[in-house]
Amino acid sequence: MTESSIPAPRRGVPIWAQIIIWAFLVGLLAIVAMGLSRAQQGTVQPGQVIDNFTLPLFSGYDLGGKSEIHLQDLRGKVVVINFWASWCKPCEQEAAELQQAWTEYEPTGQVVFLGVDYVDTEPEARVYLKKFGITFANGPDLATRISQYFRIKGVPETYFVDQEGVLQYVQVGPFTSMDQIRAQVDALLK
Amino acid sequence: MDKPNFRGPSLRGKLFAAIVIALSLAFISSAVPAQGPTPTDDEVNRIAKQLYCPVCESTPLDVCPTEACRQWRDLIRSMLAEGKGEEEIKQYFVAQYGARVLAEPPNRLVTYLVPAVAILLGAFLLFRGFQMWLKPSPAKGGEATIDQTVKPIQDPYIVRMEEELKKRK
Repeated sequence: MTESSIPAPRRGVPIWAQIIIWAFLVGLLAIVAMGLSRAQQGTVQPGQVIDNFTLPLFSGYDLGGKSEIHLQDLRGKVVVINFWASWCKPCEQEAAELQQAWTEYEPTGQVVFLGVDYVDTEPEARVYLKKFGITFANGPDLATRISQYFRIKGVPETYFVDQEGVLQYVQVGPFTSMDQIRAQVDALLK
Repeated sequence: MDKPNFRGPSLRGKLFAAIVIALSLAFISSAVPAQGPTPTDDEVNRIAKQLYCPVCESTPLDVCPTEACRQWRDLIRSMLAEGKGEEEIKQYFVAQYGARVLAEPPNRLVTYLVPAVAILLGAFLLFRGFQMWLKPSPAKGGEATIDQTVKPIQDPYIVRMEEELKKRK
């Protein structure tokens, strides 16, 4: 017998390469899945504790002399967070109602209204606030951090947060009457 | 009777008045904010096309027809008129609305490095994979039999056929 026997080379991809390829594919799929999941998610849901955020305020629209608001400082009060923009026509439908509601609840000291100006320019925002005689605290959503946290789908949207910082109600679209606002706030004050 | 004194201000007085007026004019001109000529649409659009409004995704700011984008373009125009530069304006928009408004991501090393490394790694893995897949398959039993010292045993029928072919040539 003249034939010699040598160990055969292993066929196929080595195990380390297989692991890397599969890890890469799984990672890619996870990223795609997360993106799709986030795209399908709606706004933050009632029952969720709202994390702290900071809202810098337009000068002249401060709250108790503070030029910026930290949500955690408002624990113990009902907080009505309204997302709006000067270019948003539906926002104009509810502007007067929101201001009227603020005028009604401000003396109680138990309710705070926050206007979050979404993707807007300050000069136009000021014109809007003046036009509708809005006096409650308002400020820009810098880098759209707040709106991204709430995952808003558009403006106007309004979020009612209770005294413990838990989101209780979401209004997508404009309020059509004062009663709508009053019903939500009164329910949280009880 | 004394003549009325109609003499005008002295030379020194005139000089003093001239200095006061000149200084006043210089002060007024420095107090007025630097305001260049109104920027043209092209100048505004040169910056606008590098920005995307988050409200109108996939539409560059220079061609976006919405009210929000019109406001942004007006803001760019007023900032240009104030003498602000392109980078300064873009930085302002990033600070106000986030980095996602930029048509091109910020020039961070990781932004370009990670995809390049991923592509190179993938290409290397594919290359190695194909190399290994193309290698000959081993014999059964996990061992390959390779005989490099002797000629392979040939079939007599094939040997005869080759000889016949040689004769015909």
